[in-house]
Amino acid sequence: MISYQFAYRRAKSLGDAQALFAKSPEAKFLAGGQTLIPTMKMRLANPPELIDISGLKELSFVRIEGQTLIVGAGTKHHDVAVSADVTRAIPALAKLAGDIGDPAVRHMGTLGGSLANNDPAADYPAAALALGATIKTTRRTIAADDFFVGMFATALEDGEIITEVLFPIPERAAYAKFDNPASRYALAGVFVAKSKSGVRVAVTGAGSSVFRVPAMESALAKSFSADAIKGIEVDADGLNSDIHASAEYRAHLVKVMAARAVKAAGA
Amino acid sequence: MAVVSMTVNGKPVSAETEDRTLLVYFLREQLRLTGTHIGCDTSQCGACVVHVDGRAVKSCTLFAVQAEGAEVTTIEGLAKDGKLHPVQEAFRENHGLQCGFCTPGMIMTAVDMIRRRPQLDRDTIRHELEGNICRCTGYHNIVSAIEDASRRMAGGAK
Repeated sequence: MISYQFAYRRAKSLGDAQALFAKSPEAKFLAGGQTLIPTMKMRLANPPELIDISGLKELSFVRIEGQTLIVGAGTKHHDVAVSADVTRAIPALAKLAGDIGDPAVRHMGTLGGSLANNDPAADYPAAALALGATIKTTRRTIAADDFFVGMFATALEDGEIITEVLFPIPERAAYAKFDNPASRYALAGVFVAKSKSGVRVAVTGAGSSVFRVPAMESALAKSFSADAIKGIEVDADGLNSDIHASAEYRAHLVKVMAARAVKAAGA
Repeated sequence: MAVVSMTVNGKPVSAETEDRTLLVYFLREQLRLTGTHIGCDTSQCGACVVHVDGRAVKSCTLFAVQAEGAEVTTIEGLAKDGKLHPVQEAFRENHGLQCGFCTPGMIMTAVDMIRRRPQLDRDTIRHELEGNICRCTGYHNIVSAIEDASRRMAGGAK
């Protein structure tokens, strides 16, 4: 399949990427391209220009500062998965990155690209929301709670580029997903994180966008165990229903995945 | 249109191509390296896997211009001096293929996984093959071939 015509520009730096965008405000930024390129091939997207930011070294890094893990937005899933720092600080995040798509996709796809796209079934949004991450862009910092605003929609403005993501290091965390065996996207994925300030539970794959489950969070704050959330029902109303799974089945999967994540986190 | 230059299987190449040309079409139609296959053309089947700067990627999900200046290895670049690569040899000996359509991608994925993971058990191999689809016989002999190749290469022949 061949996309519509477009002009390709390779950004030499973050500043260069912004300057290129100022000249062509209909342009799209190309990070890993593992969603954008298939979408363009299907001719569901038709940007006149692509500004390639995938080669920017300044966006690809992992470091720990105090109690925060900082990951550059251009860091590939594979590099997050095998990073010694990520594995030490938030092993659940390394594991999540290592289970996205397949090895070839993980060699291209990036953290920033996944967050900016906010696919309802993507894995990273669940981690960002459950860990209470802060998303830093070329213009400001945005709390994960304010970042994901709907299906494929985020708080990002036109031309705004995610530069890094700050993950507070939790006491314990885990991610459990029930994936579609063909696409590896989550039919339901639940990220659970426990820190001094409380417990956060974020769900991907089940709704139109990633969401938290306050009832599970307060129950887990009192007692961090799979039993504590046993009786909590997840409302199927408004959840996704498609050929892969009904809303009721997804609601059930959220409960099962939440319990598995709590167990994996070491309840 | 732009002139794209890269190194393919150790040889510098340069060709004029549209910005929208996918790497797989550039390799097959402009360089006539037709060993890399187009299966699903939707990033799922892995028949188009090649290595770009030492990493396995799906060449149907990457524009040729993105590989400007890169080192690309295709299935044609694995055999050296008329001698098959150990992974190719293992696929032949273990009957790791039937129709052969998925094989170039399977082998490129296998070479990449063996490089990244010196210790490979059958479960890991199956997990690592999630992005490669075979529609003939299933995966049993493909897994055996990769396991065999991994053992041989641990012996030194990397």
